[in-house]
Amino acid sequence: MQTTFPRLMLDHAARRPQAAALREKVYGIWQALSWGDLAVLVRHLSGGLAEAGLQRGEHVVVVGENRPRLYASMLAVQSLGGVPVPLYQDAAIGEYIFPITNAEVRFAIVEDQEQVDKLLELRGPCPALTRIWFDKSRGLRNYSEPGLASLDSLVDAGRAWDTAHPGAFEAAVAAGQPQDVAAMFFTSGTTGNPKGVVHTHFTLLNRADAGARFDKLTAAEEVLAYLPPAWIGQNIFSCAQWLACGYVVNCPESTGTVMIDLKEIGPTYYFAPPRVFEGLLTSVMIRMEDAGRIKRGLFHHFMNVARRVGPDLMDGKPVGAIDKLRYRLGDFFIYGPLRNTLGLSRVRVAYTAGEAIGPDLFTFYRSIGINLKQLYGSTETAVFVCLQPDHEARADTVGVPIEGVEIRLTDSGEILVKSPGLLKEYYKNPAATAEVLDADGWYHTGDAGFLDASGHLKIIDRAKDVGRLIGGPADGAMFAPKYVENKLKFFPYVKEAVAFGDKREKVCAFVNIDMDAVGNWAEKRNLPYAGYTDLAGKPQVLELIRECVEKTNADLARDELLAGSQISRFLVLHKQLEADDGELTRTSKVRRGAIAEKYRPLVDAMYGGAAEQFIEIAVKFEDGRSGSVSATLKIVDAKTFPAVTRKAA
Amino acid sequence: MAQRKIGEVILDVKNISLRFGGVKALSDISFDVREHEVRAIIGPNGAGKSSMLNCINGVYTPQEGNITFRGQTFSHMNSRQVAEMGVARTFQSLALFKGMSVLDNIMTGRNLRMKTNIFQQAIRMPFWSGAAEREESEHREVVEKIIDFLEIQAVRKTPVGRLPYGLQKRVDLGRALAMEPQVLLLDEPMAGMNVEEKQDMSRFILDVNDEYGTTIVLIEHDMSVVMDISDRVVVLDYGKKIGDGTPTEVRANPEVISAYLGTRH
Repeated sequence: MQTTFPRLMLDHAARRPQAAALREKVYGIWQALSWGDLAVLVRHLSGGLAEAGLQRGEHVVVVGENRPRLYASMLAVQSLGGVPVPLYQDAAIGEYIFPITNAEVRFAIVEDQEQVDKLLELRGPCPALTRIWFDKSRGLRNYSEPGLASLDSLVDAGRAWDTAHPGAFEAAVAAGQPQDVAAMFFTSGTTGNPKGVVHTHFTLLNRADAGARFDKLTAAEEVLAYLPPAWIGQNIFSCAQWLACGYVVNCPESTGTVMIDLKEIGPTYYFAPPRVFEGLLTSVMIRMEDAGRIKRGLFHHFMNVARRVGPDLMDGKPVGAIDKLRYRLGDFFIYGPLRNTLGLSRVRVAYTAGEAIGPDLFTFYRSIGINLKQLYGSTETAVFVCLQPDHEARADTVGVPIEGVEIRLTDSGEILVKSPGLLKEYYKNPAATAEVLDADGWYHTGDAGFLDASGHLKIIDRAKDVGRLIGGPADGAMFAPKYVENKLKFFPYVKEAVAFGDKREKVCAFVNIDMDAVGNWAEKRNLPYAGYTDLAGKPQVLELIRECVEKTNADLARDELLAGSQISRFLVLHKQLEADDGELTRTSKVRRGAIAEKYRPLVDAMYGGAAEQFIEIAVKFEDGRSGSVSATLKIVDAKTFPAVTRKAA
Repeated sequence: MAQRKIGEVILDVKNISLRFGGVKALSDISFDVREHEVRAIIGPNGAGKSSMLNCINGVYTPQEGNITFRGQTFSHMNSRQVAEMGVARTFQSLALFKGMSVLDNIMTGRNLRMKTNIFQQAIRMPFWSGAAEREESEHREVVEKIIDFLEIQAVRKTPVGRLPYGLQKRVDLGRALAMEPQVLLLDEPMAGMNVEEKQDMSRFILDVNDEYGTTIVLIEHDMSVVMDISDRVVVLDYGKKIGDGTPTEVRANPEVISAYLGTRH
């Protein structure tokens, strides 16, 4: 697509000014912003920014939830040739210092008082940050800091500027070229400073367009924008593809109402990371367990039918007439209402990505008639690399390379990608750029995987995390920690797992229980508990988790490559792993190294053969105070199974 | 913290004495409340805080003394009159309809401002030209703004009885706010709350004061909260006023210290 974001926006505004572009629920009512009104808003915002002195190529930080005016602000920045840099709205103050300094940011556009307070505190370490505009004025009435103003005032100033400079906006948009930088995304990064991933209008729009063609997306789609706008996926779905297709992006009322809003909007094109789908399923299952006997019986009966028949129907395979009839009955009584309750009754295409999805979970959604598929991509590849075609969705692959994409595997199993959507560079970091982009234009993903017989890509783990067991019965066997952790996490009772084993003689693991699922399980057994720590330490809970671990081991034993990765000892952590404590990344991936370091006594005890171990660690509370929690944790031995070697058929 | 404009005296309480038979609940209490300020009434249990609030609110009629509100002096008032003059209150023990939704509960706060009568609301006939409908949507708008303000959108349609206590308190505040009061009386808004809920509530009280300019009179026995959010504090003990002033002044007052911490005899 040889065009730019602002040009596409103006194009929609010219062709169908009355059509809804964005919707937001305000005061309990969905209110639409048409493409025509959006164009006017963007024009005024950019006028205001021009008056403030925004230069071509200059970075502007945007922080907040999904709000129409923040999206309009990004377009306004792009109209002037500036580069919006969305940052995670829930990041701690310190995490903003690097991006703001690195990108030499002078201007910031933020959502509300919370963000304003954070940025005002940053004026010490980042003196260049002179102007801050906010969308919601609540609580900010009496702030008199210099350079702080509302978006309303920016719009007003822009309106005046626009009248005084007729044609300036059009000229600025026309001057923007597809090869210009469109946006920069900072990757969370497990180690060191985050890296600014630079994308041009061309890279983002090319991939957005390719993805849209793959799934035949139209202007009639409805999308709910509820994930952080700083994450490239949300940006692709609610910016690049929004402009490429011209569909409607809906912004939820607040973070707490996402589920209600989802149901009201009924999106047709939906993305969620596996944990969201998992959370939805858990809540359904918990409610079903509490339902009356007839309802429960009906549910389980028809879910069995769905499990048997649903996936085949979804994949377009032939199904017997009686089964078809049964499924249709189930659809009337159970699946239809269930889809409606989940807010997914209108979904035409649903994607999940970011982490492996459990086969049961994946099959569940497909069996009740939701076209859930997987995709593969990253910030550096502008998301779309591999997608699953409609009738070829599987839980253990991530799909086939889509148009424009070439895939190659190195000898060590690392996946290399060539695509028009690859990043331009890491901002001001040629060394890191050279590390991932080689001279021939291949991008090194850092993921280990392979293409299966049907041409689908299968991911095992991060290439650097794949290790070897040394010594012990499975000497020299491959160890893929994430593969093991994911298998554990497929159990509803396990929230998070961390597996250790590289360069060791056996595999041991930490487990975080899922408070909702285990809490409910405990209540059903009249097992009293005082809180998370107490529940996590109950012998009955340890026994429950041991069953999960042993089932995982049995499963792993069937895998020739990874049979050695069976978990021989584990413990249940007394606190939840948190991003605020540096244990998870902002995208909720476990930071294995940091955890091993922090909980060293526990790791040592597991390998040392101790039956229990005392641990005390510092924690940070949500309000910024810190304290410490301590506990004596029991270490449990789990049964392992001999590897089942299957003869090739 | 920014400067708020504290105005003239809006509520003046003069020489109030209240007796229940032989029990003297309040004796000779005088204090004033200025427009836009946050005024706290504190004191140990049984000091007469709630009785004081009930006198202002018109629930009790004091035997002596009078209350001047916006230049009009009263020796006794009834609750409805007080409400009509723009004084709203919340209750220590919640006064909400447990089976009704958050939205409907807050809507009850609009009751005094409804102009159409119950028949118009119940029987919607064309010849009333939809007055009730129009009015309802106007009131709904006010209520929605309060829901947005108190950040309870997610529970808009949830029956109040199913909400945690802290949220119920917030709904109670919302119901009082729906009257668009000039003076808001809060009876122990933070009783029974955990630290986080107290912080939230404090923020909402300050925000109400800041955004709507509402004058706030609150009763509280948690000293730390009171000292943080109020402009001036009245201290009662055994029905007598023993201190009055800014939090710093009150904190230094020896009588207050002895009432709270006891004295050496």
